[in-house]
Order: sequence, then structure tokens, then C-alpha cells
Amino acid sequence: MTHLETPAERTTSGWQRPPVAMLAELTHRCPLQCPYCSNPITLSSRSDEMSTEEWVDVFRQAAALGVLQIHLSGGEPTARTDLPDLIVGARENGLYTNLITAGVLLTPDKVRTYKECGLDHLQLSIQDNEAANADHIANYKGGHAKKLAVAAWVREAGLPLTVNAVVHRQNLDHLEAIINLAADLGAHRLEIAHVQYYGWALRNRAALMPTADQVARANAVAATASDTYRGRMVIDYVVPDYYAQRPKRCMDGWGNQFFAITPRGLVLPCHAAETITGMTFSSLRDHKLDWIWHHDSAFQRFRGTDWMPEPCQSCEFRDRDLGGCRCQAFAIAGDAAATDPVCASSPHHDMLVAMAGDDASSGAPNYHHRR
Amino acid sequence: MTVADAITEQSRPKLADFVRVQFDKARERWILQAPERVLVLDETGKEILDRANGAVTVGEIAAQLAKEYDAPADVIQHDVLAVLRLLAEKNFLEIVDDPS
Repeated sequence: MTHLETPAERTTSGWQRPPVAMLAELTHRCPLQCPYCSNPITLSSRSDEMSTEEWVDVFRQAAALGVLQIHLSGGEPTARTDLPDLIVGARENGLYTNLITAGVLLTPDKVRTYKECGLDHLQLSIQDNEAANADHIANYKGGHAKKLAVAAWVREAGLPLTVNAVVHRQNLDHLEAIINLAADLGAHRLEIAHVQYYGWALRNRAALMPTADQVARANAVAATASDTYRGRMVIDYVVPDYYAQRPKRCMDGWGNQFFAITPRGLVLPCHAAETITGMTFSSLRDHKLDWIWHHDSAFQRFRGTDWMPEPCQSCEFRDRDLGGCRCQAFAIAGDAAATDPVCASSPHHDMLVAMAGDDASSGAPNYHHRR
Repeated sequence: MTVADAITEQSRPKLADFVRVQFDKARERWILQAPERVLVLDETGKEILDRANGAVTVGEIAAQLAKEYDAPADVIQHDVLAVLRLLAEKNFLEIVDDPS
């Protein structure tokens, strides 16, 4: 995520600090079926998607509110034929524009067009360094080979490339080869993200959960590679939190710097927030973004530290991790306001660790592919 | 050797094409935009990047700033190198080869 350092402020008139970055999930349509997809289990249909005009109006509202960076994502955002117009709309409002894509629908012409429309940066996902395993994970034949070609087109178009690799038990032992592949593809930046277990990934946890030994080895590989590639390729490594003692500073704080927008216009404090059943989120078809950011009850719910239970409320790390992840608290403890079970001080921590161990020692993968 | 290690007073640095300096209207300050990063520029940072166009050397940038701010050239050059190395470390800089 994008970082800025202004101190937080809450006043009686609502939340005052402006957001820094937004995720625009333009569509849920995607030719890939990754078992850890971050989209909800119930996907929006094409007919529900916001129009070009609706999206561009949102970009204008977002920039006015203070958003600096936009991530165009999905589903597969290149499935939208109006993507060039959306890129132009984002750039006309001064947003630093990043395209998050699986790449398989791209052509050299499309990549050049996006660049000409003002795209600043492209992030390409890979599922593994080995084609057979990568294509099995995504349930898409020929996908990996296509991605290698796409990376070259991106570099030829003069766009900076981030490679994103989601890692789990079925590919984590290949981490060194994945890192070297990203460098060979000309990536300026590599994002290595351990699966976060919500939605589809929660359903597939037994197939995906790495062992503690795998994670320890991977952490060492990532640390060494960060040194090896220093000044050539930036490596951002997101540590898997099931094996941690302290929660991650999830989203840099709920409703703190970031929001996500679903294909049909719901505004979420986190792209996984819809997994918290019982919470309701406002739609851009009913409210202005400015109002939602400053006043919507879903955004206010876990802002700052006032909402925290004990032992969080009196914890010395309260302001550092801002309570960790609400979606994880809901998924494991059944209460979105509970202490993040990743934290060693959570009453659910031992259960979480035991669950991770059980999942990690289960047999061969039997993916429930996203569809 | 990395770009950060290679910067000297003879280097001619410029920002990478994908990095953008822009004014952040909502917060009234200059920022540098890069993939997944927003860096807030202080006055010195902005002055340095205004001059780092690939044609001017680090030494020349430092000399201009030393004159403008009426400050010791060696102190300024130290600061300029520190800022540029920080940016190079993040892959945000290109060094244009000496034309000679």
C-alpha cells in the first residue's frame, strides 16, 4: 500500500484525514480461476457493473477528496473494453494510475494503447515459475506462457513493471526461482504476497496453507534476495500472519488511507470487508464519495483505537498495528471487533496456530477454483 | 554496482520516466509519485528534482543551490548526494552517461 505520514484526526464533524489510494474493481469477470481470488464468493454480474461515465465521475470525486493513486483491478480489468477511456479519466484527474492484471487477455496493441492513454505502471500476476503448476493453480491452460510474453510487451512499451506472485504451500518452495524469473522479466518491483485467508482462500485453506518450515525458509530466501537485487528490483514481501505473534497493520488502518470500490459501486474500507456478514456498505449510486469517506458508519466502525476491546485497548502496540485485521477477526473468532487472532494475546491464537498446522499437513491440493 | 553506489558529483541524474512530481492540492505540498509509493518532498528535495534533468551534474546542482541559499558548497553537495542516493536506492533515478 501507499504510505503517507499525516497524524490521524477524528472530530465531531466526522473523519478529517483524506484518503491516499483507492482500488477500483472494475469487473468481477476473469478468465482465471485462482483458488485464492480476493473477489467475494458471490460475484457481481456484468449487467450490474458501473458504466464508463459512472467510473470517471468516481475518479473525479476521488481526486477532489485527496486520492493520489488508483489501482485499476478486478476480476480482470482488461476484460472491460472501455479500459482506455477509464485510464484517460484517471489521468485527467491527476491520479497515478496502476493496472493490476493477469495479462492473459492482452495484446501488444492493447499494452501500447494503455501507455498512450497515460497508464503509469502495470502490475502482472504470476502463479508460479513452473508453467504446469501455474496453469493448474489458475485453471487456465497456456496462461503462464502468455504472461511471459506480456511482460516483454510491457517493457517494450516503456511501462514500469511490477510482478506480483501470490505464494502458498503449492509454490512456496519455488520462491527463489520465482524471484529470479521476475528479475529476468525486467520487473522494477516484485510483490510477494502470502495468501490472505478470506473468501475463496478461506474455502481453500487446507490446500494452500504453508508449513511453518516452508515459511521460515521463504522468509530467509526473501531477505537474501532483497540484498542481491538491491538497486535493481525492489522486493516487497508480505509476511504470512498465521505464523506470526503480532498482527499486521492491515490496510494501514481501517478507513485510514484507503478504500476499495466494487464493480457495482459499493465503497469498502478493505477489498475483503464484504466477508464480514452483517456489515452494510454504502453505494456510489446513492451517496457521494466525500460523504461515504467522512461519515459512512462502516468506515467509522473501526477507525482509530476507540473501538478496541481489551487486551488491545491497553496494549503498547495499539497505535502501531491499529488492531490488525477485522476480516480475520471475523473469519476466525466470529466477531469483527475481536482481537486479531494472529496476536499472541488473543484468546483465539492457539486455535489459529493449531488450525494452520492441521491445514498445512493435509494432503495433495484439491482446489475449489473460483467461478 | 547499483545506481545508488554509482552516483558521484560528476553524475547527471534524472527521474525515471515512470516517476512523477506533482502538487498535492488536498494537502498543499509537493509529492513524488511512483508505483505504490508517495514521497512527500521538502523544499530542498523539490529544488534538487527541478534541476535533475539529465543534463546537469550533481556538482552543478549543488553549486547552484549553495549560491541560491548562500550555504557552504560541501554541506549542500553532501545533502544533494544523500537525497539522490535515497531515490536511486528505490529505483526512481536514471543516470545519464557523460557525453564526453
